Amino acid sequence: MKRRDFIQYAGLGTGALMVPSLLMGSNISAEALLNPGLDVTTKKLLADVALNTAKSAGATYADARIGRYLNQFVFTRENKVQNVQNTESFGIGIRVIANGTWGFASTNNVTEDGIKKATMQAVAIAKANSKIQKEPVKLAPVKSHGEVFWKTPIKKDFKNIPVSEKVELLLSANAAAMKNGANFVNSALFMVNEQKYFASTEGSYIDQDVHRIWPTFGVTAIDRSAGKFKSRQALSAPMGLGYEYMDGLDSEKIEGPAGLIGYRNSYDIIEDATAAAKQAKEMLKAKSVDAGKYDLVLDPNHLGLTIHESVGHPLELDRVLGYEANYAGTSFATLDKWKSGNFKYGSDIVNLFADKTQVGSLGAVGYDDEGVKTKKWDLVRNGVLKNYQAIRDQVHMIGQNESHGCCYAQSWNDVQFQRMPNVSLEPGKEKYNIHDMIKDVEKGIYIAGRGSYSIDQQRYNFQFGGTVFYEIKNGKIEGMLNDVAYQSNTQEFWNSCVKICDKNDYRIFGSFFDGKGQPSQVSAVSHGSSTTRFKDVNVINTGRTI
Amino acid sequence: MAIYTKEEARRIMEKALSFSTADACEINISGSESGNIRYARNTVSTSGHRSNQTLVVQSNFGLKSGVATIDEFDDASLKKVVERAEELAKLAPENPEFMPPLGPQTYDESITYSKATANITPGYRAEVAASSINPAASKDVTSAGFLNDSAGFSAMLNSNGLFAYNKSTNVNFTVTMRTNDGTGSGWVTRDFNDVSKFDAVEASNVAIDKAIMSREAKAIEPGKYTVILEPAASIGLLQNMFGSIDARTADEGRSFMSKEGGGNKLGEKIIDERINLWSDPLHPDVPTPTWNGQGQPLKKMKWIENGVVKNLAYSRYWAKQKGVDPVPFPSNAIMDGGNASLEDLIKSTRKGILVTRLWYIRGVDPQTLLYTGLTRDGTFYIENGRIKHPVKNFRFNESPIIMLNNLEELGQQVRINGNLIPYMKVRDFTFTSLSDAV
Repeated sequence: MKRRDFIQYAGLGTGALMVPSLLMGSNISAEALLNPGLDVTTKKLLADVALNTAKSAGATYADARIGRYLNQFVFTRENKVQNVQNTESFGIGIRVIANGTWGFASTNNVTEDGIKKATMQAVAIAKANSKIQKEPVKLAPVKSHGEVFWKTPIKKDFKNIPVSEKVELLLSANAAAMKNGANFVNSALFMVNEQKYFASTEGSYIDQDVHRIWPTFGVTAIDRSAGKFKSRQALSAPMGLGYEYMDGLDSEKIEGPAGLIGYRNSYDIIEDATAAAKQAKEMLKAKSVDAGKYDLVLDPNHLGLTIHESVGHPLELDRVLGYEANYAGTSFATLDKWKSGNFKYGSDIVNLFADKTQVGSLGAVGYDDEGVKTKKWDLVRNGVLKNYQAIRDQVHMIGQNESHGCCYAQSWNDVQFQRMPNVSLEPGKEKYNIHDMIKDVEKGIYIAGRGSYSIDQQRYNFQFGGTVFYEIKNGKIEGMLNDVAYQSNTQEFWNSCVKICDKNDYRIFGSFFDGKGQPSQVSAVSHGSSTTRFKDVNVINTGRTI
Repeated sequence: MAIYTKEEARRIMEKALSFSTADACEINISGSESGNIRYARNTVSTSGHRSNQTLVVQSNFGLKSGVATIDEFDDASLKKVVERAEELAKLAPENPEFMPPLGPQTYDESITYSKATANITPGYRAEVAASSINPAASKDVTSAGFLNDSAGFSAMLNSNGLFAYNKSTNVNFTVTMRTNDGTGSGWVTRDFNDVSKFDAVEASNVAIDKAIMSREAKAIEPGKYTVILEPAASIGLLQNMFGSIDARTADEGRSFMSKEGGGNKLGEKIIDERINLWSDPLHPDVPTPTWNGQGQPLKKMKWIENGVVKNLAYSRYWAKQKGVDPVPFPSNAIMDGGNASLEDLIKSTRKGILVTRLWYIRGVDPQTLLYTGLTRDGTFYIENGRIKHPVKNFRFNESPIIMLNNLEELGQQVRINGNLIPYMKVRDFTFTSLSDAV
């Protein structure tokens, strides 16, 4: 699915109730989600069929991924349930190297015969494409892990919670929004369980049980006489957590300016929907921003998307090398800048890291989709560009011999390739909270939540909006603003980073649907940060009359 | 082969329907074969083939409905999928907006299928890649492209007697050409139902020429400029406007089509009177199926006439609430053009910017349909009727409504993403900053 299609969908306006087709499998009952699927011994036997078939057909390497993808989605608007869907998708994807060239095939016929056929097809594709191959595949070595198991450390499995409880929670959130002045509210719960089994000719048999959850809503307030409307989206984050994310624990809340609440690893949807309705109404009367330079104080639930676009994407090695030139584009962070060893990506306090192990994040897994144990590594240290994101067939191109472990495929049906790991901003070392970020700002804007975002194909020039904007004057919050967007250049922006809250303020932002590749695949990724301040950023006024 | 004939599709769906015990049952079946080739760095990177077939059953008991899908069509599987849809329907909460399936309808015969496209081979795809890679390599240019072709069918049948069938083919091509010194980039897109209309060599050369022409672009001040938008540039903004013509959202007060004081802008002039926008599933250059997923017939329809809103889309539920006939969403967009070629439009421009495409378009304000994004892959400064030099890319902040009120001239139409859109010249298009991206 194109990311844009999803954004429109996740905007939760009206209508659009079809679940993005890539997430779909066959519809099943909620009880059927609890069916355990194949046991691990059977999965190993079936995977070995693929590996042995590939080897005897002349492949020098093969991996097999048996995937069972279970999803549950609940959609409501105001006091109505619009849709509840439970889906299951099951199959196997086989990837091989023959004559130095990749080949891939997949099938939902997970039997010995079906697997043999698909494997032969993968080998045939590799051999056919090898005739026009100019850059033979070179794989970085990987340790054999034997038979291992990894599971997202969840406390409550969504599959064990009755649908009625989920529906009731969303309808309560809707009711809270309507009671507090909303004219419309749409809410949804997305819950995902990827049961993935990976085996390769290098001796790894990896069974993983990955869980993700995303509660979200959109509240709209309308002033009919003026013909105006304003929306406020949820300040939740999609997380690599179980249903315990919906507990709304007070201990996981952070009190922000102007009564805003930030959520760490537990989300209070009723509280957030109540606030959203009040804020949407307030927005209808808020003042329009004066364009100019402002100090920006950015909440983690906003800054995450800026990190995603201006750090995560430009440091994907395949983009840097030109493999994505026809779709997402290339990158300003070219190899010569990296090789210089002194390219100042940001100010001295900027430390950005990639991490596939972060608990609660969307990208967290034990092993990536080519059997590499996941890890954490530096991208930018003390403001200087240090590394990229690369997988087994790429790291040799930057003189390294260990994959970073960030290979992923959206389903058994798609070939795995390099995907963005969680990319996060390290908290500041000095002890600062959100209020310390604001108190010495003369002229600034505090921004929370994701909004409109756009960046050029080499990731220089960007423009970002947000969910809520508050004016800061002489160290104090003055009130809400409308029509705010900031425009900057990636390097200039990160070099204007002047102050970062400490680790007590650290929170995770995420996206379920990062799009890349042709045909396009989606991937879920998180970005952590603490509230951060940037100096003298260009703010434009986006108000228009039509 | 996953492409069934009308009779085969009907037989499978009738079989499935025979197992239904629900108040009503609607069945959709579809299948497709698609192939692709992807290349970058002047070599092939991946290629693939995909075959899909799905049957979807929607059963309802009163206002409760359930949906189940399956990809196997033997009798036992068909029975199982109908039973599962009925089980899910019984468990589902009531949806007060549920609309029962339509009765029998009459549809026009579509013209969406081309044998030539259905017969595309892996060899043809490799030739297309070579048509980009070879001329690029000889001109110190690097190509990265993607070709995807598909042939498929869809059909539906319901317990109220409705039956519909369609077969269609599509081919989509894009290529980006970058000069090896990294200072120039060009791009082209082509899409057709019938691949025999596609010339990969011609298309690739357009992108190569743009890449070479756009080398060493000069920076000029952002601001308001007269622009000539190629259809690939305007389509992103126009599609967003076209996608927002839902009557319900307008009536609810949360659309650019909502009126001050309540209601919608039906019958109001919102853009330049030279703008006529319509849809037509039988247009020979941009054909689409003649029915939609709910079985509603699609006909030629005016949406904007002389700048005035003529129709808004009404879902069956909303039409019932408002006491009007349902109006299905359009399946394509056709904007009337003029006779001027791109060259003519450039000749008549004293000072302006030629834009190849707009990229990373994102909504900024749904109230005014303000969008932001950037120019990409060929942006040129025009002075006294001639292209003077390439310019650095700009970020824009513009609303298609404002843009279409600032219309200077419409040129010839071009097919783009299944729509027919003219070249257009527009004054005061708002560029808000410069980008260093090539």
